[in-house]
Parts: sequence; structure tokens; C-alpha cells
Amino acid sequence: MKTLLKTTATAMALALAANAASAEGKLVIYHWFEYIPQELLDKFSEEHGVEVVMDTYDSNEALLASLKAGAIGTYDVAVPGDYMVSIMAQQGLLDTVADGELANKGNIAPEWADPSFDPGRQHSIPYQWGSTSFSVNRDVYDGDINTTDILFNPPSELSGKINMLDSQGEVLAMASLHMGIPQCSTDREQLKALNAMLQDAKGHWVSFNSDTAKEVLVSGDAAVGQIYDGFGAKAREEGANVEYAFPTQGYIVWMDNVVLLKNAPNRDNALKFMDFLLEPENIAAVSNYARYGAGVNGVADHLDPALASLPEANPPADAGAGVFIEVCDQETQSVYDTIWTNLKK
Amino acid sequence: MASRKYDIKSFPGFLPITALCLVILYAPLLVVTVYSLNDSNSITNWEGVSFRWYVDVFTGPESDKFKIAAWNSFTIAIVAATVSTTIATLAATAMIRGGRFRLRTVSFGLISLPLMVPEIVTAVATLIFFNSIGFTRGYLTILVAHIAFCIPFAYMPISARMQGIEDSYEQAAMDLYASKRQAFTKILLPLMLPGIISGFILAFIISLDDFIITNFVKGAGVETLPTAIFGSVKQGIKPNIMAISTMLLAVSIVMVTISYFVSKSDNTK
Amino acid sequence: MAAGAASGGSAQSDTYAEARTWLLLPAWAVLGIFILAPVLMMLVYSFLTKEFRGGVIWEFSFAAYDQFFCNRGLFGDEPCAIEWTFINIFWRSIWQAGAATLLSLVIGFPTAYFIATRPEKVRPIWVFLITIPYWVNLLIRTVSMKFMLRDQGPLNDFLISTGLIDSPIHIVNTNFAVQLGLFYSYLPFMVLPIYASVERYNFSLSEAAADLYASKWVTLRRVLLPAVKPGVIAGCILVFVPSLGSFLAPDLLGGAKNFMIGSLIEEQFKGNAGNWPFGAAASMILLTMVLIILLIFARQQAKAEKGAG
Repeated sequence: MKTLLKTTATAMALALAANAASAEGKLVIYHWFEYIPQELLDKFSEEHGVEVVMDTYDSNEALLASLKAGAIGTYDVAVPGDYMVSIMAQQGLLDTVADGELANKGNIAPEWADPSFDPGRQHSIPYQWGSTSFSVNRDVYDGDINTTDILFNPPSELSGKINMLDSQGEVLAMASLHMGIPQCSTDREQLKALNAMLQDAKGHWVSFNSDTAKEVLVSGDAAVGQIYDGFGAKAREEGANVEYAFPTQGYIVWMDNVVLLKNAPNRDNALKFMDFLLEPENIAAVSNYARYGAGVNGVADHLDPALASLPEANPPADAGAGVFIEVCDQETQSVYDTIWTNLKK
Repeated sequence: MASRKYDIKSFPGFLPITALCLVILYAPLLVVTVYSLNDSNSITNWEGVSFRWYVDVFTGPESDKFKIAAWNSFTIAIVAATVSTTIATLAATAMIRGGRFRLRTVSFGLISLPLMVPEIVTAVATLIFFNSIGFTRGYLTILVAHIAFCIPFAYMPISARMQGIEDSYEQAAMDLYASKRQAFTKILLPLMLPGIISGFILAFIISLDDFIITNFVKGAGVETLPTAIFGSVKQGIKPNIMAISTMLLAVSIVMVTISYFVSKSDNTK
Repeated sequence: MAAGAASGGSAQSDTYAEARTWLLLPAWAVLGIFILAPVLMMLVYSFLTKEFRGGVIWEFSFAAYDQFFCNRGLFGDEPCAIEWTFINIFWRSIWQAGAATLLSLVIGFPTAYFIATRPEKVRPIWVFLITIPYWVNLLIRTVSMKFMLRDQGPLNDFLISTGLIDSPIHIVNTNFAVQLGLFYSYLPFMVLPIYASVERYNFSLSEAAADLYASKWVTLRRVLLPAVKPGVIAGCILVFVPSLGSFLAPDLLGGAKNFMIGSLIEEQFKGNAGNWPFGAAASMILLTMVLIILLIFARQQAKAEKGAG
């Protein structure tokens, strides 16, 4: 018992010492999982003498929920997707980057310099962009895959072998494309039909998983998986015989952005980090790792040449249009929330 | 006593069930151990034996994260288990050696509350609570939450043990003019020691293993081993995680063995 | 039989009666502030108005409970019909947790009994054998369980190679996988309390029964079981309650296709829904349910003790 107490006392003392030692020069990042190479964080750490701490989340909604539940004020930067940037701005969770605070702001590619979700890039800088569609295992099915029927009305070979992302936004947006209706529809008949269609489609699905979206394809646990393009490329590079689909009905495009959070405890370091990620060489390292596109001028020189010809990043000519996920108003959103709950009940 | 038709204690089938139980408990761990030696980036394909993932745990890109997380986990578990075991021992003494009193049932309800309230409810409630009193989430919030929910786990074995000890020992000591304090520290506590130790161990394991509550109350960048592992493992178990698990298993077997021999040598005195 | 329940005479006493307030104070303080107060605050939250996308507005509202029990159609403007969605989610969770508890009891009781009847010196070794796997994180255990059970996993490979089956059995993403996962998560909580009470059990009672020509199984059922019942009940509660709110096993092993209580509540605070009052209301309903179950258990136990005495 005495030894136990002694050990405890020592442990407590050491724990306090360890906590005290790491108080200065910090940067706390709230980031998606498996999305930034550790070497890049180490490089930033070395260049600026800043200790980098990173937490991860697995969906835009999880990020929002956590910040609203009291985490705001403890993180410096986060990496929300397009629609979430506008929601977070509405919710007052973002700090404004004043003119001149970012030395490299001019590096932002013109097509991403004034996006609708953050006019004038007041709160954010581009991080990565890509698409969300689905990958199909070609050993299991060799027919035409460029149709959303694969997910919602699949051929018998694929029924019961489909993994969907566990994300309301992505599943319902894809379902809306499948039915050819608006994402924030207020038409009752359309919404009823959407609800009914999803109820039928669910019978063909084996699981909802975002975290393991890639793993289930590599391991063969699923033959079809709704997935982000870069993740699909990684699944293929890890040995799965999968092909990424570009449905004629359309697919989802997205851009993740580094935002400056309100009450950031290390605001200066956050700005340094944003400037750091606006340097072509650095953001290219992210693209080379995550297999997505960057939104910074001059990035091409630093990219892995294989990226240019990546099938997941090059839609065929007959592909449908890529659409961003839309933000619905409260009343409309509550109907979609009900549809989602119905789907998972 | 010697001549009965059958051995009253043994039942046919219980040994095979125990064996089955151990197989179920250990088979997944054995698989983890074997696959931690897999020389492949993915766990699904076997590509020969190698120790590269063990090297990776200490030198790889995630090594710092896991070192800090392991440190947080162990310090939190030791402190939480010690504090909650102390609180539980005192409470058990009052409950079982304190006679009948009005608040006894209420106190018992309060002590067992963390067991009765499902963990997810405690987690959400604690999150709301810390949020509304403005307690910034971090190392301390995890520690405080762990101390609270570990109390009943420490309390159960302790009170069970105390109920099994007749108070005649203490009465005898006090008849020989020992003070109550002496009766408590010299008689009751030593007799209680096995209960206290199992209470401590149970609380320690519960704290070390807790994911749900920790995940809700942890602050920015403060990870425990479970949350750090969750961050890595939810996309699919990776070989470095298997190496960590194998090492955790090895460490615990060593610890458990040592504590076994320590307790054995204590008994011989 | 009556003597069995009342063993140990004066284990409870009032030796430290005058110090009890001080002895209990730390427990009251810690549990009162960090468990009871948060739960009460949650009760308050369940009657507040939801703020869009997470948070609460401090206005009294019954909306959360209405949403739970009333089905007002897709558009929320129909009269109240019984909402089966959440009742079904609760029922599914109860069923899963119950099955897992039963599984734990069926395997845990013989195991605990077996260990408790080993020679005293080797008992700790057996207890360690049972607890060692629990030093490995629950998450890792659950994921390795999933890895084991996969269609192309070691278990199916093994069964196929022995010729017992021709094609892999689908276990992952089924209810059985979830039950197995829950069983695996909480088994020691079944084994340890039962072990503790069997160890304390005075086997001369069984011997007496046997001397009176009671058969082995009758002795087990009529003499031993009543005496170790508190341990069994404690074990069942310790497995059932955490299983009820668990979401790791259902998510990882069940494929997250259907909400369980745990994931439904989590979703309100960490996921898509962001409806705090509803999450609080679902939590309170879950809590009420658990308390009712525990109350029934306690009543029955008290009755059994009275009957025995």
C-alpha cells in the first residue's frame, strides 16, 4: 500500500511537471482524420518553434457539435467543408482574418478566391478540394457503374454489399441527385418520394461507415462504397480492384478550408500556419498524401505526377455535374432530419 | 466428510465452459499478437514476419502522440483509482460499520449512481455540466470525471469484503483498549486489504479503459490512450496499433505477475 | 436454506457511527457535484427549447418529449399518433443488452464457480487470466473481435480448413456480432461479483444438503444459488446497464445501420442532429427505464430475502 501511494505521488508530480512544460508556443489544430502528413506538421513545428497539437473529427457535423459544446476557445484552426464554413460563420464561430494579416493570401487560386461559402475569404483559406461519389469492386461487378442506381437501386450482384457514408449531408445530397430533385426541396411530394426511395434502398445496404469507408473496400467487406475521391484512390493503391464512379445524374464536390476559429488561444500561430499552408510546396505535400486537389497557385510544380492522371480526379466527358452540398433553412432541415432518422431507425 | 458419493463442489461441463470462456477472451488477442508481426502496411494481407511495427511505435510518425497519451492515461488512472479507492473505503466504513441511519439508503443510491446511469448519459450530462459552469475541458476535467465514476467500482469489492468480516475482531481489539482509530487502521484495514486492492485494480482498469466519458469531456489536444487509439483505429485497425496492444498486453501480464508474487511474499511474513 | 441467507452474524455494526458523516462526506461531495448535479441539469435541458444546430434556448418546452412519443408525419403538422421509431430503437437496445447479459451469465457463472472452487492458492491466477484481456483497451478488443469474425477472417478460415463449413459464415454486421461484442466487453463484470459471492459461500451448506440426499443440481439450484444470488444480480446489472447505452459494439460490429439508444443520444450532441433537448429527453427516458428495472430487481431481492428469513 505504501509503495502504491509513493508511486501515485511521483506520478502526480511528474504529470504536473509535464503539463507545465508545454504551455508556450502552441498551435492546436482540429482536423479530419488521416488527412495531413505528420512530416508537414513537424516541418511547421521546426520552422516556427511551435508545438503542434492535433485533434481529429470524422464529419463536419461532429466538428460543429464539438465546438458548440464548449470546445470553442480551445482550438486555433479547424478544417470545415464548404457548407460548414458558412454555417460556422452564421453561428459566430469564426474569427475574421483582417487585410494584410496573411502574407500569402495572394497565392489563393483565382477560382477559389471568392467562393460563395466565404465571400472574400474573410475567415478561411483553401485546403483541399475533391468529390464524393462511390467506388465499385470490379471483381464483383463489371457492368456500367456511372449511375446512382448502383447505390439506390443496385443490380443483384451488389445488393447487400454496399457501404454508405455515415453522414446525413452526403447520403441525402446523393439521393436528391438520384431523384433529380433540389437538395433543399420544400415540395411535399418530392420529400415523400425521397423518404420512400431511401427506405427501399436501405435494404440493399450493409453498413453506414465513414471512418472505415476505405478499409471496407480494401478488405472486401463491401463491394460498393460511397467514398471521397482521394480515399477511393488510396483504396485502389492499397490493392483493391475498385473503380471510382462519376454518375451521369451528378456527384458531390466539396472544398475543405482552413478557418481561423473565434477566441483562438494562439491566434498568431494560427495565422502563421495558414500562411504556411498557402505556400505551394507545403499544400502540395498534403495533396500528395491525401490525393486531393489544392487551391493554391504554383502548386503544380510540387505535385506527384501521378496525381494529374488519377482516374478519381478526372471525370469522363459524359459525367454529370458536380454540385456542392447546400445549406437548408431550419424548417426544411427538420424534414431532412426526420428522413435521416427514419432511415436509421 | 471424506466419504461422499460425489464431490459437492465440481459440476460436469463447468471446466469446458471455463475453457471456452478463455478461448473467446484470448483468441482475438492472439490474433492481434500474430498480426502485429505482419510485414505489411495493411492488416488484411499477410506478407511475412517482421518487427517493423514495433520499431514504428517508438520512432514512427505517431510515436509522440501515443507516448503522451499513454502518460496521460496512466497518470489519470493511478490518481483516479487512488482517490476513488480512498473515498470508497471511507464510505464503505460508514455504510457498513456506521449502524443504521436515515441517509443510508440515499447514500447507497448516490454511490451506485454512476453504475445505474448509463455511461452515455453520464458523458452527455457531464459535458453539459462542465460547459455551463465554464470548466474548460482538459486534463483536469477528465481526471475529475474519472474519480467520480470510479467510486462505485472501488466501493463494490471493498464493501463486499467488509460485509464478510465480522466486527468481533475490532471489538476484541477495543476490549483490549485499542482506540477506534487503532481498531480501524490496525485491524479493519489490514483485513480489508484484499478488498481494497481489488477495488483499486477495478477502478484502475475502468479508468484506463474508459472511452465514452473521456471522449466527451476531454479538451483540445489532451488524449488518453483509448481516445488516441480510437483516432487511429476507427478507420480500420492498423499494424502499429496491434503492436501497441501486444505491448500493453505484455506489460500487464508482467505487472500482474509481479503483483502476484509481491502479495505472496507479503503473506509469508 | 434459511440459514444460508443469514451467514456471518454481526458483519454490520455501528462501531464508527459517530464518524459516519465525515466518512461519507467526500463521496457525497464528489458524486453530488459531478454525477447528480449534471444529471439534474440534463433533466432541465430536456424541457428547454432547442437551438438550431446545437445548443438550447432557455424557454420551457415539451417539444423534446413530444418528438419522442408523437409521430406528426414527415412535415410535423399531423395530429399526434404513437411514434414507434424511438420505442423500437429502445426495444432493440434492450433486447441486445438482454441477450448479451444472458450470454454472459451462461458462460460467466460456470466460469466464476469453477474459479471459486479451485484451491485457494491458484484462484488469483484464474482471476488474473480472466482480467488480463481487460487491460487491453475495449476498442482494440472490439476491433480485433471484428477482425476475427470477418468473412475472410481467421475464424472462418479456420472453420473452412477443418471442413466444418464450406463457405464463410456472415457474422459481422449482424445482431449476433453485436451481442458477442457486448459479451466480450463486459464479461468480467459478470464473473467477478459471482466469483466473490461463491468464494464467500459456505460449502458446508451444500454438504449438509448432499448428506440429506439432495442431488448435485438440486443442491446448486436450491442451496447455492439463493446464497450467491446477490452476486448474480450484481453481475447481471453490471453487464446489462452498460450494454444498454453502449455504442462502440453496435457501431463497429453491427455496421451502424440502425440506431441504438447510445448512438441516438450521441448523434444529438456529436453528430448530425444537434438537438440537445431531444438528446437530453432520450437520456432521461433511458435513465428512468434503467431505474425502474433496478427497482424491480431490488424489490424482488428484498422479497426473496424476506421469504428466506
